[in-house]
Amino acid sequence: MPSHGIKDRVAIISMGCTPFGEHWDKGADDLMIESTKEAFDNVGLTKDDIDAYWLGTAMSGMSGLTLSRPLQLVGKPVTHVINHCATGSESLRNAAYAVASGAYDLAMAVGVEKVKDSGYQGLVGASHAPSDGTARTLTAAAMFAMCAPAYGKKFGVSDTEMRQVLAHIAQKNHYNGARNKRAQFRREVSIDTICNAPLMAGGLGVYDCSGVADGSASAIICRAEDAHKYTDKPLYIKALSFVAGSCSGNADPGYDYTWFPEINMAGKDAYQQAGITSPREQLAMAEVHDCFTPAELLIMEDLGFAERGTAWKEVLGGTFDLDGDLPINPDGGLKSFGHPVGASGLRMFFEAWLQLRREAPDERSIKTVDRGLALCHNLGGYPGEMVSFVGIVGNELG
Amino acid sequence: MSATRGILAAAGYVPYRRLQRSEISKLFGSGGGKGTRSVASYDEDTTTMGVEAARLALAGTDARPATLLFATADPAYLEKTNATTIHAALRLDADIAAFDAGGAVRSGIGALQVALRSTEPTLVVASDLRGGLPTSIDESASGDAASAILVGEGDVIAEFIGGAQRSAEFIDRWRTPGDPRPRQWEERFGEVQYLPLADEAFRAALKSADIEAAQVDVAIVTGPHARAVKALGGKLGVNKVADDLTGVVGQSGTAHAALLLTHELERAEPGQVIALVHICDGADVLLFRTTDALAAKRGSSRSIDAQLEHTADIGYGKYLSWRDVVRLEPPRRPEPNRISASISARTRDFKYGFVGAQDRGSGAPHLPPQRVSREGGALDDMEPLPMSDVEGTISTFTIDRIAYSPSPPIAFAVVDFDNGARLPVELCDVDTSTLAMGDKVEMTFRRLFTADGIHNYFWKARPLRG
Repeated sequence: MPSHGIKDRVAIISMGCTPFGEHWDKGADDLMIESTKEAFDNVGLTKDDIDAYWLGTAMSGMSGLTLSRPLQLVGKPVTHVINHCATGSESLRNAAYAVASGAYDLAMAVGVEKVKDSGYQGLVGASHAPSDGTARTLTAAAMFAMCAPAYGKKFGVSDTEMRQVLAHIAQKNHYNGARNKRAQFRREVSIDTICNAPLMAGGLGVYDCSGVADGSASAIICRAEDAHKYTDKPLYIKALSFVAGSCSGNADPGYDYTWFPEINMAGKDAYQQAGITSPREQLAMAEVHDCFTPAELLIMEDLGFAERGTAWKEVLGGTFDLDGDLPINPDGGLKSFGHPVGASGLRMFFEAWLQLRREAPDERSIKTVDRGLALCHNLGGYPGEMVSFVGIVGNELG
Repeated sequence: MSATRGILAAAGYVPYRRLQRSEISKLFGSGGGKGTRSVASYDEDTTTMGVEAARLALAGTDARPATLLFATADPAYLEKTNATTIHAALRLDADIAAFDAGGAVRSGIGALQVALRSTEPTLVVASDLRGGLPTSIDESASGDAASAILVGEGDVIAEFIGGAQRSAEFIDRWRTPGDPRPRQWEERFGEVQYLPLADEAFRAALKSADIEAAQVDVAIVTGPHARAVKALGGKLGVNKVADDLTGVVGQSGTAHAALLLTHELERAEPGQVIALVHICDGADVLLFRTTDALAAKRGSSRSIDAQLEHTADIGYGKYLSWRDVVRLEPPRRPEPNRISASISARTRDFKYGFVGAQDRGSGAPHLPPQRVSREGGALDDMEPLPMSDVEGTISTFTIDRIAYSPSPPIAFAVVDFDNGARLPVELCDVDTSTLAMGDKVEMTFRRLFTADGIHNYFWKARPLRG
């Protein structure tokens, strides 16, 4: 997949991120105002200084007006992007390309989702597109639940062992989230509690599933050569990769539900753009899309953090813990934050922003920060039919 | 009457679930009885059961009908023809007519008679979903089932040798549209009406076939009036009265006459005379003589006895919820929208007929059909790939406890078909505790849900049994 990338041509110079949670007293407008204000204030810019905006939201709006109205933007281009659960990342990716093209000097990516107004637990799809009623009616939890037994059967992991592996992932992310003031769930959860939680789908209990939350996050970007006009500690974009799968996994018996080819392809493309040859050693941290615990397990292999069939051992060995060889989801991940679809991708970059600038609080700052590179990954969809985003940022040029 | 007109193929369909009649009295202190009744699953209706019976019947022959007649006393739709749904699921050609003969229980035997007296090959599908108020005799004594008989000329398994009928207007059983409760006049009145009518019709039928009662090897006597049916059986003077399956299946109304005829054909020897006697709003008698073709075609599709070997009980509470007698708390998820008529029309072959597409170049199968091949990328080089009779294997599966379903939880599997196709699809008629990767499944036509009065029909996979 020949993609040239825009390594070191664009920099993130400011970010904002609201607390994620059940904001019964705030709408999408309030959340966007708060995350953008934080980003403006951090760097001393105003909404009028930004040349163009990209808005990522999957369910909270249908156009750029969703952002221009609450911020009262006058004469500004606002592009609404939507790409499943990778919508937030997609706003950053497209804004970055616009800046790299020279079309604009300053652009802002804003992600938002107001989920908790639906009256239902869990995500309720915004799509009411007419259909012939033949498509599956499963929840995402059930779709991802199918990966655990498939992986276990292929690699000889017993149900009991798998339960421990998935519980470790959930426990780790909640451990990290307990140390994050912006997280929705800020409480450690024991392995016992996780293993004995009510079942949702397949072998997945409540703690194997990410929560649902409202939230917003924002990023301001400029050309890399201008970054130091605004901040001493910019993050440089090293790679932005995106794959929309052909959905053949659900038609091709060759797909075995033990990996996500879209993620694997997006990861390889991102590493090639960034010049990374050994992600496990070169990355300081990664934020990955832990919508369900089996997803995080498989992603570890798809992104090359562990050899095929070994991630479950690495998980149990603590490789991906906060103090491990490669901290995964040091902010607590979707497990702790919940998943406001349009905001999650930018929330991940916000953690990279804090960690690589050494601004994360001591209790969850990563020891690997000297490596200077962070990966952010989103998926949207389901095993066999998904989109995947992989982005890499670094705190130095080159 | 042509000497060779008769039955080309016959099949019955009995749903997987059984209700122990004793469960009824355990809950209410009355009602119920001995034995079991068959129970259509929550995702079955008379149309889907009819499809299953018709698929089995057509599997036993290369012959195809010129007309499809569908009879039921519990139509899934009024106004709209239900036979066209069956027509689509069977992938019959557009020039084959499809008509409903709905409403009355007698329409089942009536459609069969019309077919036998016609000159064209005709597929008669009869299906019924039977019940009544809790503790009623109708609830416990009836059952859900479907039957399908292909009538025509040529290589028949049973020759139609004669018949007669008597019609009479009197009030025995009735039910007004929309009322789930069938009602019946005092039993004795009906009995007194039916017995002479049936006797007259039986004698006339024998005369039309120029045979004596003693030449009848087995008589099938059925109808919703159990007391009259029982009394009549002993008065016909035939060698044997057939088991009427009321002990395990229950009386399946519109479907039952052809169901029992099929049951006898599945066990008869060539050269036997079978009398089918149906009493309901009159009396109908049809006489058949089995042929040598019967033995040759035996086993070509799943028999009723084979279906009765593989069943599972359902609790009475679940039964009541499936029949909408009690409403259970649904999952707190949005209910599905009604399906789109125009999209469903575009995808008719897939949605109703379960026809995929196969890339001519690479051979790659596609479910649902695609225009661009997933192997090689060829555009519009596909041919139809009928999949409804292809068996598959469960590659992986899950139980979804939180998704919307008319009867949660949903059992769902990635099914890899024997011809190389794959489809993630809902399972039905499963016992989730014994489900395993590697289990074999077959496809079955079901009603997924109903929204805005529109039924959403599609296919599910069920474990291959027997």
